[in-house]
Amino acid sequence: MKNLFYSAVGIAALAGATLAARSIQINGAGATFPAPIYAKWFAEYNKLHSDVRINYQPLGSGAGIRQLTERTVFFGASDGPMTQDQLLAAPGKILHLPTVLGGVVPVYNLPGVSQELKFSGPVLANIFLGKVTKWNDPAITALNPGVSLPGTDIVVAHRSDGSGTTYIWVDYLSKVSPEFKKVVGVGTAVKWPVGVAAAKNDGVAAIVAQTPGALGYVELIYAIQTKTAYGQVQNMNGKFVKASIDSVSAAAAAAARQMPPDFRVSITNAPGDDVYPISSFTWILLYLDAKDKAQGKAMVDFMKWALTDGQKFAGEMGYAPIPKTVVDMEMKALDTIKVK
Amino acid sequence: MRNSWRRFMSHFVVVLCAGAVLLSLVPLALVLFYVLKQGVASLNWAFFTHMPGPAGEPGGGMANGIVGSLIVTGIGALFAIPIGVTAGVYASEYRGTRLANAVRFAADTLNGVPSIVVGVFAYGVVVLPFHHFSAFAGGFALGVMMLPLVMRTTEELLLLVPHTLREGALALGATRARAVITVVLPAALPGILTGILLALARVAGETAPLLFTALNNAYFSIDPRQPISTLTVQVYTYATSPYPEWHRQAWAGALVLVAMVLTCSLLARFATARMERMQRGS
Amino acid sequence: MPVKTRLDDIGFRVGTGIFAVLLIAVVAGIAAVLYDDASMAIWKFGWQFWQTDIWDPVSGEFGARPFIWGTLYSSVLSLLIAGPIALGIAIYISELCPAWLRRPLVFLTELLAAIPSIVYGLWGIFVLVPFVRSLEGGTPEWMRSIPLFSGPPLGLGMLSAALLLAIMIIPFSASVAREVLRAVPQAQREAAYALGATRWEAIRMALFYARTGIVGSIMLGFGRALGETMAVTMVIGNTPQVSVSLYAPQYTMAAVIANEFAEAADKLHLNALVEIGLVLFIITLAINAVSRAFIWSLGRPAKSKRASRAVGPVTEAA
Repeated sequence: MKNLFYSAVGIAALAGATLAARSIQINGAGATFPAPIYAKWFAEYNKLHSDVRINYQPLGSGAGIRQLTERTVFFGASDGPMTQDQLLAAPGKILHLPTVLGGVVPVYNLPGVSQELKFSGPVLANIFLGKVTKWNDPAITALNPGVSLPGTDIVVAHRSDGSGTTYIWVDYLSKVSPEFKKVVGVGTAVKWPVGVAAAKNDGVAAIVAQTPGALGYVELIYAIQTKTAYGQVQNMNGKFVKASIDSVSAAAAAAARQMPPDFRVSITNAPGDDVYPISSFTWILLYLDAKDKAQGKAMVDFMKWALTDGQKFAGEMGYAPIPKTVVDMEMKALDTIKVK
Repeated sequence: MRNSWRRFMSHFVVVLCAGAVLLSLVPLALVLFYVLKQGVASLNWAFFTHMPGPAGEPGGGMANGIVGSLIVTGIGALFAIPIGVTAGVYASEYRGTRLANAVRFAADTLNGVPSIVVGVFAYGVVVLPFHHFSAFAGGFALGVMMLPLVMRTTEELLLLVPHTLREGALALGATRARAVITVVLPAALPGILTGILLALARVAGETAPLLFTALNNAYFSIDPRQPISTLTVQVYTYATSPYPEWHRQAWAGALVLVAMVLTCSLLARFATARMERMQRGS
Repeated sequence: MPVKTRLDDIGFRVGTGIFAVLLIAVVAGIAAVLYDDASMAIWKFGWQFWQTDIWDPVSGEFGARPFIWGTLYSSVLSLLIAGPIALGIAIYISELCPAWLRRPLVFLTELLAAIPSIVYGLWGIFVLVPFVRSLEGGTPEWMRSIPLFSGPPLGLGMLSAALLLAIMIIPFSASVAREVLRAVPQAQREAAYALGATRWEAIRMALFYARTGIVGSIMLGFGRALGETMAVTMVIGNTPQVSVSLYAPQYTMAAVIANEFAEAADKLHLNALVEIGLVLFIITLAINAVSRAFIWSLGRPAKSKRASRAVGPVTEAA
């Protein structure tokens, strides 16, 4: 009996060791915004390269930045670009590499209302400031003539964790509402005047799905996958646009022509008729000087695949691909990462 | 008249207390009922053999989480058992000394530390210095939580061993160390093992200390230096998600978890009953 | 020969003593790590930390009053619900129930205690919260004007948290209270019955005799509720606000650490969170120490009695 036990332990240890030796495991953490496409990418890449296992934990953009800074993960992911202070606090230079484009949509739960609702930036700002509290408030009914809205309370749902999705949302609201900018401001974790909180895009989507009268903000794919209703948003040109691959791509068109070398750019409230105003790039964050060269090389190879072959998966999941000009810039940036 | 009032009060209180018992059993029944009903419906072979799938897609499983929970609890036991048992031996052998009192106080304090605080501690002591989330860090956190239970059980059970046993060994010329290790400790061993089982059952169900120590892993892994998936964290992730498919798997995971924990507790209870019968017989 | 045994004994004492010191070191280590990682926030904010309501990571303002409020409010509420029930169970099992029922009942309460908190949280989200939401939605208008019941019917909030916490601490407090009542000498009960007491009057006497222990068992449940993390964060709404309303979503100390710790990128934010952890540690330490003192003040005679019974007739006489 004892021998059987010992041999079992031995075999397990050996198996574990060989598994570990053969394959490279790369750990990353960060945004939930791109988590569905990243999960798809890492699974597909693992099929092509069975020895590369990229373990991505969607903890939120804030966690991605923090854990990358403390070097407990190899790469981070965020939809809110790192601030100057955060970059300075890191033990090495960090590169922002855009991977896909996505949109943040206002999701809501209104049983009995089957029509698609229209929102404007200022109205959304006032809702999240707590100034507009009921669904049949004149500000909302004015945007939605012909829709009979109930007099129930709006249950605002937002993030409890540090979130790039939050960053995109408040970045947009601060651009369209000076009061919102003053009271709440821009960041991955802000002080919310009203609402209930949940962690990750998943949590907000869950609250909205389960609470009648709720209004929250999530990345487009979460609304699609949970079949939750999401509204149109009025863009800078006054048109009401629903988030889609085309409308999100339109938002990036102008920025693509003037992309800064560090790729940190905000494309919310971009001008254009077809533009969805709450769009954003999302970035993978890598150290320029990779501590583990093998992991660094594997990661660079993965990124090159993701920016070329991988982009075709993006469309299936509602993300817009990165414009070609930006991809070319990124390839050059990837080559600067020290993997030798 | 006064007598009938007193008798009424007495009956009333009996009813009230019985009512309290029934009232407390209601949530128990509800929780177990839901876990069983929702969990059994989602338990299938895939659950035990597959890894987590992409969001919302059917066919995923928690194979890595089940194994991960076992591994992390095992690492915790490796840490807690040697330290806990030996500290318990000291506390019982040298009862009354300052160190014995201090260690008992420390164990009782540790017992009351919230699990999230233990997680923060493990993060600072294991994750940060090594720059790695790991199964080892998670195991360390669980081990810290097991320590007081193991230590106190060992101490109390050693105290229950009849003095005559030890005195007999000493009379035969054994050193104190020998007497304790070869006579007293084996006599108390069944009880100590029971205590360890109970401690294992308790920490196997913990989530908070694993959140930022063992993190999570999308792949199957038994490497203690890498992040690892655990049943509890996986259930938490799925429960707070918006996908009905993941909710179903969360219930299945909860069922497996409850089954694991209850089996341990039942085994411990069965062992205690047997021990009591043996002691009474002797 | 005496030299050898003495060396062995010293070796044994030192050998085992090292492990005892190790255990103490772990506890001391926790306190030290907590203090060290919270020092920046402690120095910067001082006592103001616990008096301000603003928790704003963007501007670097951290006030933890909502968290300590949420923790205390939820735990006190859960105690109000769970205390009488736990006591009732303890009384029933130790005083009133027929012998054949005793073991199964004890088994059932321990079953309740063994269920992991994540499972309670899961049940909380999908069963309790919708139920509470419908309760809140069905509140009559006149009740809504009372601050205690004000606010939209979210389901997520203080009421759900308090109920869930109560369910979780009932078995814990009940089993400790049961042990305490067992320690009341049978002679006391027999004396009461000899004087013509009814069951209730005898119970009252036992409760009075064991009063400090009973208080201790309730306090232990309180200590447990203070530290509960997962189940609470899944149903409380995670909103830092100080509100009397049972319907309002609020936040506890343990929950905010669980949600924000992995991602607090800014050093001050992290320190603030660890400071919350430090205070949680100190509060639970204090409550547990006091409750244990209360329980032991009664429990000691029984403990030595049990031990002496196992020792044997010779030593008992001595």
